Amino acid sequence: MKKSMSFGLLLVMMVGLMFFVSCAKKAPESDEFPMDAATEEQAETEMERQRRIAEEEIEEYRTKQELETEAMKEEEKAAFLDTKVYFAFDNSSLSAEARETLLKQAQWLKENTDRTVIVEGHCDNRGTEEYNLALGSRRAQSVKDFLVNSGVETSRIVTISYGEERPSVRENNEDAWAKNRRAEFRLR
Amino acid sequence: MKISSFPIVNACMKAASLCLLVVFLLVGALVGKSPAAYDYINISDPFQKKIPIAVPVPASLSTDQETARIAVEAAEILGRSLDFTGYFTMIDKRAFLDAPGKQGITGSEINFKNWRDIGSELLVTGGVRLEGRVLQMEFRLFDPFRQELLFGKRYTGEVSDLRKMVLRFCDEMIQRLTGDFGVFNTKIVFVSETDKNKALYVCDFDGGNLRKLTDGNQIVLSPSWSPDGRRLAYTSYKNDKPDIYIRTVNTGDEKLLADYEGLNITPAWMPPDGSRIAATLSFEGDEEIYLLTDSGKVDKRLTRSWGVDVSPAFSPDGKKMAFVSGRAGSPQIYVMDLATGRASRLTFEGRYNTQPDWSPKGDRIAYSGMSDGSSDIFVINADGSGLRRLTMDSGRNESPGWSPDGNMIVFTSNRKGAADIYVMTSSGADQRRIVDMAGNQSLPDWSPVMKP
Repeated sequence: MKKSMSFGLLLVMMVGLMFFVSCAKKAPESDEFPMDAATEEQAETEMERQRRIAEEEIEEYRTKQELETEAMKEEEKAAFLDTKVYFAFDNSSLSAEARETLLKQAQWLKENTDRTVIVEGHCDNRGTEEYNLALGSRRAQSVKDFLVNSGVETSRIVTISYGEERPSVRENNEDAWAKNRRAEFRLR
Repeated sequence: MKISSFPIVNACMKAASLCLLVVFLLVGALVGKSPAAYDYINISDPFQKKIPIAVPVPASLSTDQETARIAVEAAEILGRSLDFTGYFTMIDKRAFLDAPGKQGITGSEINFKNWRDIGSELLVTGGVRLEGRVLQMEFRLFDPFRQELLFGKRYTGEVSDLRKMVLRFCDEMIQRLTGDFGVFNTKIVFVSETDKNKALYVCDFDGGNLRKLTDGNQIVLSPSWSPDGRRLAYTSYKNDKPDIYIRTVNTGDEKLLADYEGLNITPAWMPPDGSRIAATLSFEGDEEIYLLTDSGKVDKRLTRSWGVDVSPAFSPDGKKMAFVSGRAGSPQIYVMDLATGRASRLTFEGRYNTQPDWSPKGDRIAYSGMSDGSSDIFVINADGSGLRRLTMDSGRNESPGWSPDGNMIVFTSNRKGAADIYVMTSSGADQRRIVDMAGNQSLPDWSPVMKP
């Protein structure tokens, strides 16, 4: 008798469990996926919205990255254009400092292969106009030769001499002369 | 304008009425045939001794006020122009013993003693006649000590031709005295700064008749006269790089001669006809001097040395070329024999010698030499002997250019602050500024004698 009672209890428990299980199975279905169409559409919209936000955030991040890269590139470009190489009096050879500077210039040109550069050669106003035109040409040519030897295509470098016609400092003293004996860079 | 002129010989007064009919063609044939009998001006050293000369106001041969005014003006132009040459000492008018205009014109009318007494070794008398707007002037050059007519000429033209007529006489008188035409029908071209850029200007031998030739919106450099005096070659950056252009002065027509990659600078017309132009180009990667055809094609490369070769200047026969080269480490002047191509160094004094210009007689080369930041004008014989310094302690003196008679040199000097155009005799005497304008002036070139 004890055995049948316990069987009966077991049965009841099993049935109860089954009931519970079936109930448990049904309850979440009705909670999270409402069966009516209107609610479903609402949920879809919400998901779409969230997806869009995420995408926008990614886009914003990407843009920011791009802007930063661009700003960096602009900065590098400005630094490239701002760079000057200086020379000794009646001399077109490159000093150690000038070579170091020109390595950086060459690097930029190699990273920006779509660019053609104009190298300007300038002189101080001592000496005579005609010889200074030729000397300015030599200076620009020295710079070009160095850049070409550093791996920049010769077709991307144009030289022009201004002789003593375009001083950067319009004064007559050692300081001004030193600043005027230079090569400058310009993009075509 | 047409000025007709007729030589005056002692008994040739009746020629006056023919003057209007005589075409200028005659002049070339008649002037210069008279032998230079007297050595008034020493050709080899013309400035050794200045000749005292008297230039009284010409007599008025017509009675109106206008004639008197023209006579005074003619004397002034005559005096100033003769003084310009550096050959003469102008005797002060206040020393003249004869009343102005009353000294007589012809030999028989002149009291030569009155001119000898004031030390006048030469005397120019003149007469001015005005008929309507037709101006007739006659001038005579006398030697009061020999009581002799050396040269006389009558000119007919319009009143507005006064200056031209007087200068024509000056030219012919100088030719009579030296055997060479004077500089009175010549021009000087130069560069002047306008704000940041430059323009070409041209003026008469004495700085008169100043005229702007280019618009002044770009760098222009190194103007050089063609042998016929009609065209100029020069470098302009009008296309954003130094290219060579040729301009016809009277029409203003400009054409591109050379725009090779890199430099196209320092053009020089090759004598005698200027059918070739030498210039420095750098399209082969080095600054070398080339000979170009009149269409700008490379005819021949003249220099072959690493480094700068610039500023060609031909000898008058076109057989040699002076130029500047940095081949020895500093800019020096070299002379190349164009037949052999061999170049030899001309200058050894100083570390910076540039801007050579070959004298029209072929014997000398002028250049500018720099030391201690200051420049001076030097003259050296074409064989390297006889170096002479012409300027000293007067700022930067550069860009010497010979007058076509070889007796004067135009140059720039900043002795008064900005750089101005100056002239001096070829011995360095009588240095004076001839153009008074703002800014810096540079790179003058003296024209050949213009055909009238």
